[in-house]
Amino acid sequence: MTHGHSLFGPLADPAADAGHLQHPPRVGFFTDTSVCIGCKACEVACKEWNNVPEDGLNLLGMSFDNTGMLGASSWRHVAFIEQERPLGGQDAGLRELPTGPSSTGETAHTVAEALHQAERSGGDLGTAPVELGFPSFELPGAAPGDHHRTEFRWLMASDVCKHCTHAGCLDVCPTGALFRTEFGTVVVQQDICNGCGYCVSGCPYGVIDRRPGDGRAWKCTLCYDRLRGDLEPACAKACPTKSIQFGPLDELRERAGRRLGELHDAGVAEARLYGHDPGDGVGGDGAFFLLLDEPEVYGLPPDPVVPTRDLAAAWRYAGMAAGVLVAAALSAFARGGRR
Amino acid sequence: MSREAGQVRTAGRNREQLPVPRAEFRSYYGRPVLKPPVWEWKIPAYFFTGGLSAGCALLAAGADLTGRPALRRSARLGSLGGVLASTVLLIADLGRPARFHHMLRVAKPTSPMSVGTWILAAYGPASGMAAVAELVPPGLRDTRPGRLLRAAARPAGLSAAALAPGLASYTAVLLAQTAVPAWHEARRELPFVYTGSAAASGGGLAMLLTPVAEAGPARRLAIAGTIGEITASRVIDRRPGLAGETYRTGRAHLLRRSAEILNIAGIAGAATLARRSRAGAAAAGLVLLAGSIMQRLGTFQAGVASTKDPKYVVVPQRERLAASADGGR
Repeated sequence: MTHGHSLFGPLADPAADAGHLQHPPRVGFFTDTSVCIGCKACEVACKEWNNVPEDGLNLLGMSFDNTGMLGASSWRHVAFIEQERPLGGQDAGLRELPTGPSSTGETAHTVAEALHQAERSGGDLGTAPVELGFPSFELPGAAPGDHHRTEFRWLMASDVCKHCTHAGCLDVCPTGALFRTEFGTVVVQQDICNGCGYCVSGCPYGVIDRRPGDGRAWKCTLCYDRLRGDLEPACAKACPTKSIQFGPLDELRERAGRRLGELHDAGVAEARLYGHDPGDGVGGDGAFFLLLDEPEVYGLPPDPVVPTRDLAAAWRYAGMAAGVLVAAALSAFARGGRR
Repeated sequence: MSREAGQVRTAGRNREQLPVPRAEFRSYYGRPVLKPPVWEWKIPAYFFTGGLSAGCALLAAGADLTGRPALRRSARLGSLGGVLASTVLLIADLGRPARFHHMLRVAKPTSPMSVGTWILAAYGPASGMAAVAELVPPGLRDTRPGRLLRAAARPAGLSAAALAPGLASYTAVLLAQTAVPAWHEARRELPFVYTGSAAASGGGLAMLLTPVAEAGPARRLAIAGTIGEITASRVIDRRPGLAGETYRTGRAHLLRRSAEILNIAGIAGAATLARRSRAGAAAAGLVLLAGSIMQRLGTFQAGVASTKDPKYVVVPQRERLAASADGGR
């Protein structure tokens, strides 16, 4: 039921708030992107275990990311971000590439500019050897040791449903198909969902979506079936670097705090946690992250707020508008007398 | 400006001249953060038919109580027609239409769609019973079922009218209760736009179907509603910041601009021609109906546009974070 502060703000025990009397501790994911190697084992394991259908075999031109974003048929998504970060006079070689580090919308413009300056306007491409700018045949930063580090930085991050404390999708679901499990996670019951699509617009992270052809809404279940069998979710099980860590949320938050301290001590000042704070707009995420840049660089909203926060206010305005409508109708009849 | 692959930096124009630089924002390859709504034209079309039905139900009840049989008849039939069309549109929009009755499994106050389902579930039969009484052929009026139906019509019609303001306004809460920036940010104004639009379309349809002599209340309700709708949507247009931009640009702007032109024409017609000739009343009524449709499509389109560009998500949230950091949180 909806009472007290269970619609917004910190909430210690969402499972109990949803009516689970005896329940296991709340579990979740801590995704430490600083050790993600972009292998996409999580994406594959998720698809295999949950029997998620193909979501399009595309080449998106977004570094190694050909998944694009989370959706009805992508419950894990590994983001790849290529960046140039000055390390003090070293050369990543990427600046020399006519297209820059990766193909973006700016590509055409950059290529055109660079070719204009080239000796034969780029007409020697395919004829003569061209300096591609890589300092060696090695991948940037592949060799060990400080002096091999370059200005090139590759960020990788495995995104997933956040299993919010205050879940926008769950709040708006009109059929009760979305529910809060005893583990504090948020799951769609596929035998109930009638594909109304409200959850798709209710999610402030753009996670859940309706699957074309199927008509129902789908998203990560945090492997509800595996949890009930005392197994960890498939993605965490498959992750070879323990970038995806599964466990009781309290424990994960503690571990994340320690990891953040380690990174800061090691000079990685840009490391930050995302979604760990129970005081944030969704009451804290069940799946939270350690990021190395701003959230929006990874396609995450910087300050998401569950729409339910403003539900009471929205109804108040609707009540006023309804009152004005009644008054208008009354006066429409009152003013004219019998005509 | 340093180039960073995978991040599209967008700067406002003339950023050098501004004392405070306009917000730059970064994104993941310019991809949207949010999912665009999966709803298509059927949902804004339902907002129209539902509002139309609610406006008619109010007119029907008033006509019933003030002794205007022709207005009562057309408004009751309009109310039923609107709610039938609404039901069809709502079910057809589902991903699994055969499971429409799953909406009735729960009553959930946090879901405006659930609240609306129950409003419709109560409103539909009431509106239907009042309208069916109008359709009893004269030969059957004095039979026992005929008398029963006619006796039930007034309480049914009054119940429908009591639920009508809820039906006309909950759809605005339904839009506001989403993460879609343009809808969520317009949560104060949208209910007034939508109830105004409901009154305009209900009045418009009654003007179209009722003899001029009895259509006075329909004209007055249509004029009052349209003025409310125009005012509230002007307030949305003047909303500062990016959320207002989606209403002022692109397809949403075109639709809402045409809604406003139609609405002004409709008011003028309702205040002048519609008082004198049946044809004038019908024309003004049709113009008002068209204005209401355009308004619904326009507000819907603004929301869709605000999900397709990450700017509308990232920039306001960044500004919010910066403001709370400045506030010495």
